[in-house]
Amino acid sequence: MTKSLIYSLIFHSAMILLTVLSLPFMIREPVDLPPIVSVELIQISDKTNIPFAPKARKIIEETKKKEERIVSEQAPPAAKAKEKPDRIPLPDEKKEKKKIIKKKQNPEEIEPQIRQSSEFEKKEIIDTNQIAALIDKAKEEEAVKKEQDDKLTQSSVKNSFATGLTLSEEDALRAQIFGCWSVPLGLPYDQDLLVRIKLKLKQDGTIMKSEILDHQRMNRPGQKFYKVLAESALRAVRLCQPLKVPPTGYEKWKDIQLNFNPVEMLKG
Amino acid sequence: MKKIILTYFTYIIFTTSSYSLIEVDITRGNLDPLPIAVSPLHVDIKSEEDKNVKIKNLGNDISEIIEKNFKNTGLFNPLKKEAFVQKPDIAHLKPRFEDWRLIKAQALVTGKLLVKNGKLKVEFRLWDLTAAKEMTALAFTTTPSNWRRVAHIISDKIYERLTGEEGYFDTRIIYVAESGLKSERIKKLAIMDQDGANTKYLTLGNELVLTPRFNPTNQMVTYLSYFRNMPRVYLLDIETGMQEVVGNFPGMTFAPRFSPDGKKIIMSFAKDGNSDIYTMDLESRVVERITNHSSIDTSPSFSPDGKYIVFNSDRSGLQQIYVMRSDGSNVKRITFGKGIYGTPVWSPRGDLIAFTKVRKGRFYIGVMRIDGTGERLLTENFYQEAPSWSPNGRVLVFYRETKSGSKGEGFSASLWSIDITGYNERKLITKTDASDPSWSSLLSK
Repeated sequence: MTKSLIYSLIFHSAMILLTVLSLPFMIREPVDLPPIVSVELIQISDKTNIPFAPKARKIIEETKKKEERIVSEQAPPAAKAKEKPDRIPLPDEKKEKKKIIKKKQNPEEIEPQIRQSSEFEKKEIIDTNQIAALIDKAKEEEAVKKEQDDKLTQSSVKNSFATGLTLSEEDALRAQIFGCWSVPLGLPYDQDLLVRIKLKLKQDGTIMKSEILDHQRMNRPGQKFYKVLAESALRAVRLCQPLKVPPTGYEKWKDIQLNFNPVEMLKG
Repeated sequence: MKKIILTYFTYIIFTTSSYSLIEVDITRGNLDPLPIAVSPLHVDIKSEEDKNVKIKNLGNDISEIIEKNFKNTGLFNPLKKEAFVQKPDIAHLKPRFEDWRLIKAQALVTGKLLVKNGKLKVEFRLWDLTAAKEMTALAFTTTPSNWRRVAHIISDKIYERLTGEEGYFDTRIIYVAESGLKSERIKKLAIMDQDGANTKYLTLGNELVLTPRFNPTNQMVTYLSYFRNMPRVYLLDIETGMQEVVGNFPGMTFAPRFSPDGKKIIMSFAKDGNSDIYTMDLESRVVERITNHSSIDTSPSFSPDGKYIVFNSDRSGLQQIYVMRSDGSNVKRITFGKGIYGTPVWSPRGDLIAFTKVRKGRFYIGVMRIDGTGERLLTENFYQEAPSWSPNGRVLVFYRETKSGSKGEGFSASLWSIDITGYNERKLITKTDASDPSWSSLLSK
């Protein structure tokens, strides 16, 4: 009797201990949400202020205009007025400009959603049900619509929630690769030309292994453009070595997938 | 038992705490042209001398033509030879990739040539420097006098390998060479390589010539000239120099073009102030009327599959662009923008139509989809018209005239090219003033 009581006690305490240890991880896995989103928005603007070719700038400016319009039309004025001074104090025009530049570079980012979450209490942020539902939705949609143009938007949604990198880390990496990637300008813009490259990285950001996920497509007849794009993407990552990866959390980013999609650039 | 339980929980902890694969979308890159190094071709020391060609310099000459072709595309940035770190012969065998990467090259072209028994053999390799591997390698044999064409063919092959599109370097442009005062212009038919070399005149300049167009095999040209003081469509065989008037029309014929199979000529025939579109079969000489309307229908151009014809007409009041089936049925207006539209030309790819637009006294060259949507004006000027497509449907060549004084002073006409993205506008070098260009298809195809 006492023996089984002791066993039971040990077993239960072990269970409690394990639960305490493993719970935070279990939460992190589906959420993976950077908790200090609002602060990082400002940082990103500084880091991602990379120069663009005049053509790209044009497109971005158009996107920006559109976005501004959307914001002014959709956002409830009262909530907005409350939001802005609370979250991102903008002492002068310069900062505001920087913020806009950031917007331009990540037109697909779901800023309204991020803003909302930062407004709420922390408890609400870690509302796993809601977020998990969101992620699931994003994943489902992504699977269904992989070949459509709006796939980009969806994967961005997924990224900001599900990656192991913070937004600024992700943006730093993205900005670095923007600079290395010479987009082959002769490609047609009306074809599905998404190239996915899986990388295995060393701790210093150099590439141990690179693999094009759909590499069979490269040698199929009539896929010349895909091949050209895949080669240009590979050139970009090799040129960029070592990649700008965070100094910590190697386990998180040792395997990373880059999705190269030139459609936006080519349409301009 | 304990161990088992512990191992089990440790396993659970590890699996739950492992991270999902990070994905990052890269939707932007730079638009800088690709840096490419074109090493001079190595001339084999066993090469024989040639009467007409300096074999010693040939390796350098060929590489310079390739460089010039690449630079003109706007898609590549050929690096300066002074920075090159390896000798051509060694580079061709096995380049030291890290050295070439140091000068920021991403691709490298090497090659060698040999002249033996009166034949020129040229081989080249294209290297991907970041991946440290060969991308393509080919060899060509021809007569030494053909060395320029070899350079163009090599350019085409490299362009195709790096962009996924066919090249357009081994091609020619036919145009109207102009000289003399504006009021007494002498106009001759001229033909040149796309890079401006090898200009030849096909007519003497006694008669006015206009709108020359190649047939698909580039052997025949149809154009407009005067026959008994009447503008008529002519046919010229470039090889033999034979000319003939097309058809026995009781009036003026103009705006000719070949059908995509080269078997027919499509043109306008005007009588009593009305002009309609006709085709004539070159073999059977059967003439077929395609449009029948009281307005002026002209500038017809076939789609590459030969099923449709695009033309311009003033049937709605102002001159606009229309598309119809090749038998003349199902006529649809496709332009509704402000201004006048003319000289529509169907792209060899089939996806776009190039045109000239006149609005508020300014001339524009533009492209749009075949249903008239997605109009993009590429360039604007005082006077410019007559776009013609490069064989890969990527570049347009057209001509531009400058404003002249009251006595015609300061007048000039020149050929220009522009990418369909609206970038890379360039003036083509011609020996004289030039107008009405027409781009051939690939000669080596």
